[in-house]
Amino acid sequence: MSNFDQELDASGLNCPLPILRAKKSLASMDVGQTLHIIATDPGSVKDFEAFSKQTGNELVESREDAGKFYFLIKKNS
Amino acid sequence: MSEKKLAIIATKGTLDWAYPPFILASTAAALGYKTQIFFTFYGLQLLKKNLDLKVSSLGNPGMPMPMKMDKWFPTMFQALPGMESMMTVMMKRKMKQKGVASLDTLRELCVEAEVEFIACQMTVDLFDMNTKDFMDGIDYAGAASFFEFAGDSDITLFI
Repeated sequence: MSNFDQELDASGLNCPLPILRAKKSLASMDVGQTLHIIATDPGSVKDFEAFSKQTGNELVESREDAGKFYFLIKKNS
Repeated sequence: MSEKKLAIIATKGTLDWAYPPFILASTAAALGYKTQIFFTFYGLQLLKKNLDLKVSSLGNPGMPMPMKMDKWFPTMFQALPGMESMMTVMMKRKMKQKGVASLDTLRELCVEAEVEFIACQMTVDLFDMNTKDFMDGIDYAGAASFFEFAGDSDITLFI
């Protein structure tokens, strides 16, 4: 597992909560720090791609493992 | 990144149709949009301090029901007393099971994200609604105000 500065467990949450919680977590972090997110909503895969594109934060990693989705986002702005 | 704007008109006052405006507004705000929702007619129910919205299968043949009731349960019986409350309880339970946020939560997230809520003054007058029943921090205005914001919005939705 990669290193990260903060972790958000959004398991069991459905759209749009994982995105909103991620946004909130990122707001409290410094530029350059990374947020690791765990989600179970299959829609979050496309949504975190879209979130990153639109907010300018970098989606460093997106992977699935045993029905869970893991994202690593680097705060850029 | 230059600020984008989203303008929504919310016209429906049922539990199910309360979701799209609040989901889209809170998400847009998270993506950096300046967002405003104009609530008119039945949409004003979404601004009540106590959200007590219901859902009905009546007149909605597209609504999936438990035990495939939408296939065999006669429409006529859906009008029986208590059916609406029952459907509402079942819908809320289902939403909780599936991790769908409650409307109160989504609305609160909108407020936190500084989504602006505008209540249609004409509808308030038309239905003799008491503004004391509405949440604090909202504005009361009319169509011209909507266009002031929507006129230079990037996205405008009528829900």
